[in-house]
Amino acid sequence: MEGADLAGKILSTWLTVVIGLILLPSAFGVSLGISELYMKILVKTLEWAALRIEKGVPKESVLKNSAPVGIIQRDESPMEKGLSGLRGSGFELSDVFYFSKKGLEAIVEDEVTQRFSSEELVSWNLLTRTNVNFQYISLRLTMVWVLGVIVRYCVLLPLRVTLAFIGVSFLVIGTTLVGQLPDSSFKNWLSELVHLTCCRICVRALSGVIRYHKRQYRPQKGGICVANHTSPLDVFILATDGCYTMVGQANGGLMGIIQRAMVKACPHIWFERSEIKDRHLVTKRLREHIADKKKLPILIFPEGTCINNTSVMMFKKGSFEIGGTIHPVAIKYNPQFGDVFWNSGKYSMVNYLLRIMTSWGIVCDVWYLPPMTRQEGEDAVRFANRVKSAIAVQGGLTELSWDGDLKRAKVKDIFKEEQQKNYSKMIAGNGSLN
Amino acid sequence: QGALSSCLRKPRRDPPSFFPAVSQASLVRLHHRFRALDSNKKGYLCRMDLQQIGALAVNPLGDRIIDSFFPDGSHSVDFRGFARVLAHFRPVEDEGTGTWDPEEPEPLNSRMNKLRFAFQLYDLDRDGKISRHEMLQVLRLMVGVQVTEEQLESIADRTVQEADEDGDGAVSFLEFAKTLEKMNIEQKMSIRILK
Repeated sequence: MEGADLAGKILSTWLTVVIGLILLPSAFGVSLGISELYMKILVKTLEWAALRIEKGVPKESVLKNSAPVGIIQRDESPMEKGLSGLRGSGFELSDVFYFSKKGLEAIVEDEVTQRFSSEELVSWNLLTRTNVNFQYISLRLTMVWVLGVIVRYCVLLPLRVTLAFIGVSFLVIGTTLVGQLPDSSFKNWLSELVHLTCCRICVRALSGVIRYHKRQYRPQKGGICVANHTSPLDVFILATDGCYTMVGQANGGLMGIIQRAMVKACPHIWFERSEIKDRHLVTKRLREHIADKKKLPILIFPEGTCINNTSVMMFKKGSFEIGGTIHPVAIKYNPQFGDVFWNSGKYSMVNYLLRIMTSWGIVCDVWYLPPMTRQEGEDAVRFANRVKSAIAVQGGLTELSWDGDLKRAKVKDIFKEEQQKNYSKMIAGNGSLN
Repeated sequence: QGALSSCLRKPRRDPPSFFPAVSQASLVRLHHRFRALDSNKKGYLCRMDLQQIGALAVNPLGDRIIDSFFPDGSHSVDFRGFARVLAHFRPVEDEGTGTWDPEEPEPLNSRMNKLRFAFQLYDLDRDGKISRHEMLQVLRLMVGVQVTEEQLESIADRTVQEADEDGDGAVSFLEFAKTLEKMNIEQKMSIRILK
């Protein structure tokens, strides 16, 4: 009897703490500053750890981060210059040197494959999963690490799972209830409140500390919001500060239940798998949506896949053909507190959520950029690149023109054909076909 | 627990230090790269791992370059084999002529070995000769569908004729090397790894 009594008491205190300190403030959009305090303590601890590591590690074995400069000396001259030398205008046996050198350079280092693995950290952040090169330093550091494990798995994880559970159930129940009301501005206001509260609960569930910049450029109704994509959490990060219409594929299972509930309260756009193939249908539906100026802005991730937050890859032009005003948003995560990148090929959703919930937290910056529209005579691809540059510059990310689909599929043959065309012009001159 | 003790010890999998042709720091970098390309942490690379590299897949000779990592019909390449191929592209340090010990095997990045690497890109069946047919096939790889068959055949014929000295209709390695004796191989087939 006593055991059950005690357990009951613990559970009720636990729930009161959760409700009082987390749920109620979320509902009213008030922050008690607990997450910020936690982050301050964490930062101090990690700085201390970094100093200890630097002192302890012998100089030779420190491997510098190779990202910005590159590890090989590259000659970026175009094919014509690279193939020149003792040659006439036709084919030479030595032409093979140029291609083999370029090929081997790509094998040693290429700018794409490194974008699909998590960003390397400059100093260890006391998580086992990021321990790539770091060695045993001292007993104190190990003790701190053990303490970190206990805190993360025994204190933070249960708390976060509880909150996530509450958040999602509240979303489903809340939107279903709101959906029963007749259409009115009261209904819209209420549905916005429900969405906002749930996102805030979920973000708090992950100890998220988000800084929003330039809030005067927040996406307006009737516009399209585009952002760079790193993980499914991007949606929660953005939805905490404003209400959006989500666009996506209608799933089955738990996601399907959530999606169907959400759409009752607020007109989100979910496509069936078969409809997605029909680009005209998709464009038409999106166009209809933004034509109604009272509807919430659409949230789209034009990269189409998750990238590791060090670069921005090609923006698919579909979103930029719809018309309307584009509101770009740049999201940059701080990798020191947890790796947010989701490599969907490597980790399942459940595994990913578990990793997120046992990280220290999520710290990110969100910049809202001034709205952009397609100019006269500018085609969708150029417009997409312009928006992409703006986002990359603001977020401090590298710009790449490779397609994010390279994560899963092989590169399209058309790029190889371009190289072949170039080369044929050089060796066959006027006789080549085209 | 195993994970606990292993992550607190020294970094796992020290790269083997057996190559005089590649410096230690470069070897560490190459080993990092090898591990990054090894998508399923198998410990070796297969063709598909190399085909995933975008910049290599768009290279007209991409398939031939990938083949050079898998000699003798093998399907996997370990780090030793990987570094062996890349060692061909190490820049030639100017040590002065005739200072290397003739007893020691020729370094992989010598002029002759660089030429051998280029030769085997053409020599599809590895018989030591580039036949007219092989020349045609490699040319076809480089130009795709952009050039007609007749034109390509005439280019192949001309090239083989010019290089062929003993009249056997094929280009041997020595004939190949002779054709390119004036070429600055060292500069064209070298990749400098920054520290």
